[in-house]
Amino acid sequence: MKKKEILVLQDLLGSNKKIAAEIRAKLTEKGIFSINLMSSPGAGKTTLLERIAEHLKPEYSMAVIEGDIETERDAERIRAKGIPAWQIITGGACHLEAKMIGKLFPEIPSDLDFLFIENVGNLVCPASYDLGENIRCVLLSVPEGDDKPKKYPKAFTTSDCLILTKSDLLSFMPFDSERAQKEALEINPRLKIYVTSALKDQGIQELAEFFISARQNFLNQNA
Amino acid sequence: MHELSIVASLFEIMEEKAREKQAKKIVSVKLQVGKLSGVVPEFLITAFDVYKKDTIASKARLEIEEVPLTIQCNACGKTMTKDDFVFICIQCGSQDLKTLSGTELILQKMGLEI
Repeated sequence: MKKKEILVLQDLLGSNKKIAAEIRAKLTEKGIFSINLMSSPGAGKTTLLERIAEHLKPEYSMAVIEGDIETERDAERIRAKGIPAWQIITGGACHLEAKMIGKLFPEIPSDLDFLFIENVGNLVCPASYDLGENIRCVLLSVPEGDDKPKKYPKAFTTSDCLILTKSDLLSFMPFDSERAQKEALEINPRLKIYVTSALKDQGIQELAEFFISARQNFLNQNA
Repeated sequence: MHELSIVASLFEIMEEKAREKQAKKIVSVKLQVGKLSGVVPEFLITAFDVYKKDTIASKARLEIEEVPLTIQCNACGKTMTKDDFVFICIQCGSQDLKTLSGTELILQKMGLEI
């Protein structure tokens, strides 16, 4: 028996990245723009999607992949709005991985404009997994507190867009919106920031327009 | 707490490499874990020690090299290490920066018995 040391230098997330790249290529081929939504549980991802659907319809078609540890509830809420939705039940896993999206791929219609992926509610783990999305959005709700960007940097540094949600609660809570935005931009100057209230339908049109123009850029780049 | 998922991916790579080299055992494993990789080294070690039971690496020791977040300013060229994740150049205040290291999550090397 002999001992030997071998150099490997392999990325532990390499297989996820490879599957994600394949998904991105397939979606690009179909002209589908995909958006990965990440946040803590209860930040308002599903409610935001319900509202954004009203602003994208009727010109744009969308579908949603829902990730949750248990239950079909979120997918049922989206379907109730007349939008195709698939539920991934992770059965305990705290994040979605590209292979979970890959399994659903055959069911996704080709004529979509937008595919939203609502990640499992968790501000830490989803940030490490590329799902083949074109852009990544992190949501931060007013009740969570304005100090979160620096406490959970990975979710914010890997995102393209920060959506502050539940802004209708700003007058009731000690949430310093400027501080949250400033600190988020300090860790990621690329972030586009939208202040929204899905309940009051505020800031949602601007966000929908951002998605529409980001999709247009994506189509132009891949024309 | 996605460290167990990361360890499962690690074992896939470890076992494949061990098969290629026709190794009988894996005795040591060294990872490079960036400060901004999103994983906690202590949890990786705990997950590794749970996962390794009844595998080819059942006696393996996991070593982790933590890689600091290093960025370079595109405006003034300054290279700096950041512990606070604030992407602002400490020399000129520019936010036009590129990350040199600190996001990696890499299986660097393994010790085998062949």
